[in-house]
Amino acid sequence: MGELILILVSAMLVTNFTLFYFLGLCPFMGVSKNVGTALRMGLANIFVMTITSLVASFLNLYVLPYAPYLRIIAFIVVIASLVQIVEMTIKKVSPALFRELGIFLPLITTNCAILGLAVFQTGRGYTFVDGLFYALGAGLGVTLALVLMASLREQTELSDVPAVARNMGLVLILAGTLSLAFMGFAGLFSS
Amino acid sequence: MRETTPKQDFLRGVWDENPVLIQLLGLCPALAVTNTLLNGLAMSAATMFVLVGSSLFVSTLKNLIPHEVRISTYILIIATFVTIVDMVMHAVAPEVYGELGAFIALIVVNCMILGRQEAFASKRPVGRALLDAVGTGTGFTIAMMMMGGFREILGSGTLGQGTPWVINLFGDNFEPWVVFISPPGGFFTLGFILLFLGWYEGRKEERGELRHWPHSVRVPTTESREEAA
Repeated sequence: MGELILILVSAMLVTNFTLFYFLGLCPFMGVSKNVGTALRMGLANIFVMTITSLVASFLNLYVLPYAPYLRIIAFIVVIASLVQIVEMTIKKVSPALFRELGIFLPLITTNCAILGLAVFQTGRGYTFVDGLFYALGAGLGVTLALVLMASLREQTELSDVPAVARNMGLVLILAGTLSLAFMGFAGLFSS
Repeated sequence: MRETTPKQDFLRGVWDENPVLIQLLGLCPALAVTNTLLNGLAMSAATMFVLVGSSLFVSTLKNLIPHEVRISTYILIIATFVTIVDMVMHAVAPEVYGELGAFIALIVVNCMILGRQEAFASKRPVGRALLDAVGTGTGFTIAMMMMGGFREILGSGTLGQGTPWVINLFGDNFEPWVVFISPPGGFFTLGFILLFLGWYEGRKEERGELRHWPHSVRVPTTESREEAA
């Protein structure tokens, strides 16, 4: 159990997908203007990442040993189709949930964070359960980064920033500062 | 559809609509693997190959691809080229492959590549699509070299690490700014470049020399800010 908690926390804080690996930057820049939207985007991310982890474990066990050259193609095709099916199911079963998460699902399916999760999980040889905790940690980490970033940007909306910084430059510097802060977690498990 | 000359097709991607610096596409690789000049260059070469290859295929097959499943088809074509690059790099340059690691596989989801297929290659003749792909790839390479050079010079005090021709720029007493080769340095470097571009374009606008105004580096003028207020 301790091992699993370690995987979860390190995926969430130490090697945060957004701030350490730079994965999923498009939504990080695009959907971080207000906290509510950012939070929903984060939840949708946790959801898709969990599915991705399941799919990747399955593919790694039953398909890829026989056809290793299909790794990239198999991941992207299977994940994209499965998320599409899940999206349709949610729309049918729970329209309320669909309104909350629905519009984000197709956006994040072909996102580097999702494919990155599958590739990293395979590269580290995680088992089925390890993978689930890894996905959960990664999703929580992305959500945390999104919400923090959105809060910061809401603050900068009201403050008087110099004219040259009123573009994505400011957002990137803010992201850099956040990333610097997250580097502080690097020594968390050394002792 | 706006008519363009072949020269415009090529030059647009190189600077005016530079994928990384102006459109802010393909940020993952631009920030993640630019800790040395060589890594940035290797990533650019891989991306260039995938971009040119898939533009060639998409443009050739554009009349055969059904409209409804075009995005999936593009992704499949791109993924095929990425698999080729992945295997070739693994065989030819194992050291660089180790450094870039999973980010080679992640070229598939680089929105810059899919964007060029959807916006350009799927509507134009093969020659134009190739010109556009090479131009965009060159623009990506320029941005990657800027990032990689800046980060390596400040972060390690060298240029050309990983090649036989390493240049030590500042002598032995230089204390490297380690932050620039670590993840936050990527954000800071691109942030500084964008701030500089914003300042530069702002000056151009004051002198009245501005021809077009890229949306991502928009600096509000005094008038537009008063209007907004």
